[in-house]
Amino acid sequence: MKFTKDWLDVHLKTNKSESQIIQKLNSIGLEVEKVEPVKNELSDFIVAKIIKANKHPNADRLKLCDVDIGKKNTLKVVCGAPNARDGLLTIYAPPGSVIPKNSMKLEVSKIRGETSYGMLCSESELKLSNESEGIIDLNDKYKTKIGKSFFGKKKGKNVIELSITPNRPDCLGVRGIARDLSASNFGKLKEPRKSKVKNNIKHNLKIKIEKNKNQACSIFGSCIIKNIKNTESPGWLKNRILALGLRPISAVVDITNYVMFDLNRPLHAYDLDKIKNKITVRNSKKGESFKALDNKNYTLDKDMCVIADDEGVLGLGGIIGGERSGTEIHTKNILLEAAYFDPALIRKTAKKLDLNSDAKFRFERGVDPQSVNAGLDSAVELILEICGGEVSKFDVQQTKKFKDLEIKFDPKTVTKTVGTNININELKKILSNLGFTIKTKGKFLNVKVPSWRPDIFGEIDLVEEVIRIIGFEKIKSIEPEKKRTKPTLNFFQKHFHLAQRSVASKGYLETITWSFTDEKINNKFKEKLESVKIVNPISSDLNVLRNSLYPNLIFYLEKNLNRGFGDQALFEIGPTFTGRKPGQQITVVCGIKKQFIDEDNNLKKNDLVDVFHIKKDLVQSLTELEIRKEDFKVEENTPSYYHPGISGSIISKDGNLVLGYFGALHPKIISNTFGFEIFLENLVEYKAKNKKTKDSLTFSDYQKSDRDFAFLVNKDTRAQDLTEVIQKIDKDLIKEIKIFDVYEGENIPSDKKSIALKVTIQSDHKTLKENDLTNISKKIISTVEEKTGAKLRS
Amino acid sequence: MSDFEKKILEFKNRLNSTQDSKEIEAIRTDIFSKNGFINSQFKKLGSLSQDEKKTFASNINKAKQELLEIFRSKATEVSDKDLNEKIKKEKIDVTLPEKEFKIGKIHPVSQVIDEISCIFSEIGFSVEEGPDVENDYNNFTALNTPKDHPAKDMHDTFYLDENMKTLLRTHTSPVQVRTMLKGKPPFKIIAPGRTYRSDSDQTHTPMFHQLEGLHIDKNINMGHLKGCLNYFIKEFFEVDKIKMRFRPSHFPFTEPSAEVDIGYRIENNKITIGEGDKWLEVLGCGMVHPNVLKNCKVDPKIYQGFAFGIGIDRLAMLKYGINDLRSFFECDYRWLNYYGFDPLDVPTNYRGLSK
Repeated sequence: MKFTKDWLDVHLKTNKSESQIIQKLNSIGLEVEKVEPVKNELSDFIVAKIIKANKHPNADRLKLCDVDIGKKNTLKVVCGAPNARDGLLTIYAPPGSVIPKNSMKLEVSKIRGETSYGMLCSESELKLSNESEGIIDLNDKYKTKIGKSFFGKKKGKNVIELSITPNRPDCLGVRGIARDLSASNFGKLKEPRKSKVKNNIKHNLKIKIEKNKNQACSIFGSCIIKNIKNTESPGWLKNRILALGLRPISAVVDITNYVMFDLNRPLHAYDLDKIKNKITVRNSKKGESFKALDNKNYTLDKDMCVIADDEGVLGLGGIIGGERSGTEIHTKNILLEAAYFDPALIRKTAKKLDLNSDAKFRFERGVDPQSVNAGLDSAVELILEICGGEVSKFDVQQTKKFKDLEIKFDPKTVTKTVGTNININELKKILSNLGFTIKTKGKFLNVKVPSWRPDIFGEIDLVEEVIRIIGFEKIKSIEPEKKRTKPTLNFFQKHFHLAQRSVASKGYLETITWSFTDEKINNKFKEKLESVKIVNPISSDLNVLRNSLYPNLIFYLEKNLNRGFGDQALFEIGPTFTGRKPGQQITVVCGIKKQFIDEDNNLKKNDLVDVFHIKKDLVQSLTELEIRKEDFKVEENTPSYYHPGISGSIISKDGNLVLGYFGALHPKIISNTFGFEIFLENLVEYKAKNKKTKDSLTFSDYQKSDRDFAFLVNKDTRAQDLTEVIQKIDKDLIKEIKIFDVYEGENIPSDKKSIALKVTIQSDHKTLKENDLTNISKKIISTVEEKTGAKLRS
Repeated sequence: MSDFEKKILEFKNRLNSTQDSKEIEAIRTDIFSKNGFINSQFKKLGSLSQDEKKTFASNINKAKQELLEIFRSKATEVSDKDLNEKIKKEKIDVTLPEKEFKIGKIHPVSQVIDEISCIFSEIGFSVEEGPDVENDYNNFTALNTPKDHPAKDMHDTFYLDENMKTLLRTHTSPVQVRTMLKGKPPFKIIAPGRTYRSDSDQTHTPMFHQLEGLHIDKNINMGHLKGCLNYFIKEFFEVDKIKMRFRPSHFPFTEPSAEVDIGYRIENNKITIGEGDKWLEVLGCGMVHPNVLKNCKVDPKIYQGFAFGIGIDRLAMLKYGINDLRSFFECDYRWLNYYGFDPLDVPTNYRGLSK
């Protein structure tokens, strides 16, 4: 919402300065977004310099000029003037500006195949003289003014732009802003001017609001004005229209716009002579179409509110008028409409048609239903004053009664809500200045809500009105109590926190990537999960919720590779989605590691990343999360995005929960890259089920002995199969099993391999004799041979 | 001079004239070993008379002490010399690169979430969470945002179905709803998390982070709200005083509603938070709307309280001088290394939030 101080003065008698007003508006909830000097019609035209006038490649008489308009880059402008030459100082009109001579609005256009961004102007085009031979040739004085407006800016006047929250439609009119300021002791709201217009001709156009289901229109007020002489608006009106950022069109159109911004009362003017027979306000039929004032054709759905005559749709009620009945500069007779439309229905229609207008913006927020007559009065008075003519009586069709809401208000609610004592007289004064009518009923107030405040429903809304006018700075701050009755983090959150820092401490950089990703990449990782599509994605390559953290991590890893960073370890902890319903998501920690193999770097050769590095990182993090080696086993089944031979899964010892995966990623997806995943919910569930208290530490000081074994096993036998079997033989005596060699090759059958392990044997109670050691060694050999088909290598 | 004395003299000469550790060791064996000179002399004692024995034994012991002393000092001298020579040769180029140690980093957003949790933990808030995918009811309706209302335009929502019933939450406020529906008052929670809006430009990303706060009890009023946020901002920016203003605004789920600005100034391209005459919007807050309480089965006649929503990324940018919001999510190796935090740098209230 834009306005100027002098416009505000129409409604508010105040001695406060513009800067005081700006400060006040902010403190009462009308946020000032911008304060800018007023633009006039000519401020678009800029002093410019032709850097180079090149020949147009496709036309002999045209030139393609590089033009300096004081910005970083020069612009290409096509120009046909014979005097266009290198170094010429002239005047440039940007796209969007309107050329005074012919009122033509400039657009970026292609001229003989070359794009021209704007135009270089002749004197006649700017109505400076009749000189049309060639473009303006400015003298050297203007050299310092390149990029500045040629006509200069009027000084002193500012446009104040407010960002009005959607609950305050009343402040989409200057009068509403004035009212809020008057309630804040910033002046006195002036009484509206009484209309002196005589309504002396007959309103002879039949108007009817049809009874339709979900009829959006409930009031249609109108009057006929005949024998006007539509014209250019007078200067004061043009300036106000320009201040709004609109283009003056004609007096009739400018006046309807002016009243809309003055009183938050949208109006529409029809060319009466173009209306066939009568006006019907009705719901549209499916497929009906019309050409709107924005020059676009709209095909309507069923049940959109239209204003129609016997020939068809004239306009979309409350949203946009139609071209067929639009007023023109030679229009003689008009029908002026002031109506009321249902906010939700207006919004629905406009959304469906993707249509926006100042009227729609207001109706969907709520226009004062009691403002029909005031709006017509105000516009009629201006039209008669500027365009002359005679006006009819107002015809108001109304199908619904609007009753002002009354609220039973306990004034103590204010103090209870804000915590600071508020004087009841001050409270009453504020509300009545805002237009509320108050009657005292015992301890309560009966508060009648003004018709222009559709946002007020109950006591709490009144509390807000009072406190925002008094000012939040008057509320006394209460220091918070430093007391904790509940733990800050729950069991899961503690693990999240620890997992995050644990993985980072293994050399991984934490990233945060989008929760959505490219479906094409996601498909490689979704396994059996459904893809969850976003109906309105921000771009087609971010169109599904991620089923895995890998797609984004790999994407960014490769980006970093392209930036020249070879060695990388990235991780993310966050949600992946298992379905489209709320809650169908899990928390995954995913790490990814890539080593850049630098053949020249001898210093690093002994430190190559392989699957056991990534396994080390994962197992160490699990250990830090108190999932120890004895709590899980390693299996070979992994999702298809891992290398099938170089990957493993971490399964809870009971076999029920997948705690994680690790391995080389599938070479088809990305080469020479390793990764791991931890499924945090599973991990926490497993831990919660198997809560262990830490036993007190015991250790044995008796002699410990190591025995080495080498077993010949089938190639597909896993080391874990041997260690599990050995561990079970005697949990007390066998303290540790360490694999120290795996060998395939010479002296070994081609389908076999040799696994060498060191078993540490120690008793907690005595020194073991040679005999005991021999016995247990024999038992190890026999059990392993029996259970795994292994053979001791001799 | 007796043979014995000659021999002693010979050993002394050998010791004095050598600089070689091997020779030292040879001399040691010759004199002190099992079959060395000293022991061979003691063996002679058996064949001597009582008197001779006494004198000779004393001579041997004297000689042994003497030789031992010389030997020790010589041995030390030679080993010192050898070590010095060795050290001289051991000179290496310590400017060669150290063995690589890779410490990872914590993303600034995660760090700031931990900092914020730490601050609110002190005053008794606990952390709640909710799902990223929400239904329309929890995200809008329960929060008093009516259907077909322009207030919804403030949130450009990502939808997961054509009927616009499931969506990516546009704010963390649905966690309020979930928390209240599953528990009984009082409530005192914060809820950090990912939020989504279909908006992407210089200052907006389609995903960002918010922190929701909710405190509902029998007598919680706007004074508490002001005190709480004042405390938070001061603690967060680790300053004693902060210029702050509460400006009335509108959110469907709070009433009265306010936006909070903090003062700042820019000098030599550096931003100073908490003073200066410029204002920066950092959060939205207000008293929870009675309709929201009703929707969440909390009786607004008995209970009232405040809620707030903070842009976490924005706070991280301010505190740690990060210019571009989009860079948070671009995973640039250099950026992560530069702005990331050491995983051991856990914000705590006894050490302080930042190093």
